[in-house]
Amino acid sequence: MGDQEPAPGTAMAGDEIIVCRDVHKWFGQHHVLRGIDLTVRTGEVVVIFGPSGSGKSTFIRTINRLEEHQRGQIIVDGIELSDDLRNIAAIRSEIGMVFQSFNLFPHLTALQNVTLAPIKVRHWARDRAEHEAMELLTRVGIPEQAHKYPAQLSGGQQQRVALARALAMQPKIMLFDEPTSALDPEMISEVLDVMRELAQSGMTMLCVTHEMGFARAVCSRMAFFDQGQIVELGPPWQIFDAPKHERTKRFLSQILH
Amino acid sequence: MTSAPGAPSDAPLRTSVPPWRNVRVRRVAAQGVFVLAVLVAALWLWNNLTSAMARTNLTFSLNFLRTTAGFEIAESPIPFRAVDSYGQAFIAGLANTIVVSIVGIVLATILGVLVGIARLSRNWLVSRLSAGFVEVMRNTPLLVQLVLLYAVLRQLPPVAGSISLPGSIYLNQRGLFIPSPEAEATLGPWLGLVVGAVALAFVLRRIAVRREDAGLDPRRLGLVGLAGLIVIPLAGWIVLGAPISFDPPVLERFNFRGGTSFSPEFTALLAGLVIYTAAFIGEVVRGGIQAVRRGQVEAAQALGLTERQTLRLVVFPQALRVIVPPLTSQYLNLAKNSSLAIAIGFPDLFAVSRTMANQTGQPVSVIVLVMATYLTISLATSLLMNLYNRRVQVLER
Ligand SMILES: Nc1ncnc2c1ncn2[C@@H]1O[C@H](COP(=O)(O)OP(=O)(O)O)[C@@H](O)[C@H]1O
Ligand SMILES: [Mg+2]
Repeated sequence: MGDQEPAPGTAMAGDEIIVCRDVHKWFGQHHVLRGIDLTVRTGEVVVIFGPSGSGKSTFIRTINRLEEHQRGQIIVDGIELSDDLRNIAAIRSEIGMVFQSFNLFPHLTALQNVTLAPIKVRHWARDRAEHEAMELLTRVGIPEQAHKYPAQLSGGQQQRVALARALAMQPKIMLFDEPTSALDPEMISEVLDVMRELAQSGMTMLCVTHEMGFARAVCSRMAFFDQGQIVELGPPWQIFDAPKHERTKRFLSQILH
Repeated sequence: MTSAPGAPSDAPLRTSVPPWRNVRVRRVAAQGVFVLAVLVAALWLWNNLTSAMARTNLTFSLNFLRTTAGFEIAESPIPFRAVDSYGQAFIAGLANTIVVSIVGIVLATILGVLVGIARLSRNWLVSRLSAGFVEVMRNTPLLVQLVLLYAVLRQLPPVAGSISLPGSIYLNQRGLFIPSPEAEATLGPWLGLVVGAVALAFVLRRIAVRREDAGLDPRRLGLVGLAGLIVIPLAGWIVLGAPISFDPPVLERFNFRGGTSFSPEFTALLAGLVIYTAAFIGEVVRGGIQAVRRGQVEAAQALGLTERQTLRLVVFPQALRVIVPPLTSQYLNLAKNSSLAIAIGFPDLFAVSRTMANQTGQPVSVIVLVMATYLTISLATSLLMNLYNRRVQVLER
């Protein structure tokens, strides 16, 4: 590592906050990630897209260590991901994640879902946690649902609670794994609107999605995944209007028409 | 206003339906017919029973409960002699059933939870051993297991050659002999200290919860409370002197003197019920934990919760809702299965009642009484478990 490596926890706008070098991952014999190189700077929004099974979910899950990588290096906010439990905990509390299937805790109300981690992990006072949670629920547009249980909410509302839950930890990075693909069409925009607003506020985002309108409007770069590799990486105008690779072109024509 | 041909606008919107096609009428009628059928069947059975009993000079009466039983009961928490009444014999048997059921339920729950968690262990050997235990126990009849256990206990050496275990515990063909605890003069003050320590831990826990609400790390206080819970009784033990002494069983010429003993019958029945039921409870626990979706654990981890917090705050509360209802039926099974005691000569409610039925010539009355008693035990268990279940199943939807 050279001198340009930032000290832990001091990332400034434009600094490298996620650095992946030659990341490999196997599930048994199955070589799922085949040498991923990707550097994300603070405040960037990177959209990841590609065919099903190409390793998109696996890749973003290695960044908060829901999956272990077996070769290569992942450095998040100056901390290298290793088997050190303390590093894993430190990195997880810096990274928020939103899942395709929401994964809200069904035995807790929307508000309790949002306050759980700030109280248990950050040791915030309950008053403060609830106050901030209400602000977040207001920000995602559902303060009136605070005391309902997930099963009483629509899919779009659940995903917005999940977003508030992740934001409550005041993360520096947000990971999204197809946040709108389990939603009915009329609910997709309410989630995308919140995500767009979040991107404008300067959040660093890594987002697996096939919402190409969102990608074109919001993201700084797009990464096309195929068979465990980044086939093409570039700004949206290049990906949409002048893709360099035949595979990118073919995939885009499939999903855009 | 235009109306479609053939559907004049002044026609009633809901045409009247004949009653046999009306869903609501049919539903009520079905209920009525069912109740009627049950009543008729019950009446018919009752008539048959009473007329059959009259023909054989049997009557339903519980008067015999007051007459002298004239038989011995090998063991019971309630002392019983042959000169006591049938009613007292019934109570002595009932006491045996209740003791074996309650102790059995407690032990089977502990063992079952361990088995269920072991089965999910990442350690290959532990999970395989647990799976093997479950399969063997679930797939052989309890009656056979009991008879086998009892036979093994009877095969043990005689008293003179007792197997001696550490801590003055002896095992021989007359049963299990352990030291019996005896209260000393200092027991009262010592118990006072224990209550004090528990109260202190409780108060500290309340403060810890409040501190957590106030955003402070509650763990240190919790540890202090836990330490007090161990240190205070221990210090009291040392300063005051032992509050309890153990009276070890001492081998005399033909038997042990002192100590507490458990008959081979009781030991075999309890062990058999516990092991058998624990296998089922283990499966219930495993199923409950596995029913919690993987995404739940991932969401908790992604938020930075530790593994223990994830289990305690996310997995267990959800697993418990799945576990409690089938757990209730395992408890009921254990209590009912205790009636297999008769096969190995343990005087439980059913075994005592069989003797009563034979001696009094009132089999129907006795069996009705026994059924009513088991039913009461089961309903009481269900009631308690349902209360607990309601607490576990909180809102959600
Ligand atoms: N836990 C797992 N065990 C084994 N194989 C897996 C696991 N998770 C994903 N895979 C495999 O890894 C490949 C990539 O999966 P994934 O990252 O989910 O793809 P994507 O999100 O791009 O659709 C797929 O072939 C999938 O079957
Ligand atoms: Mg995926």
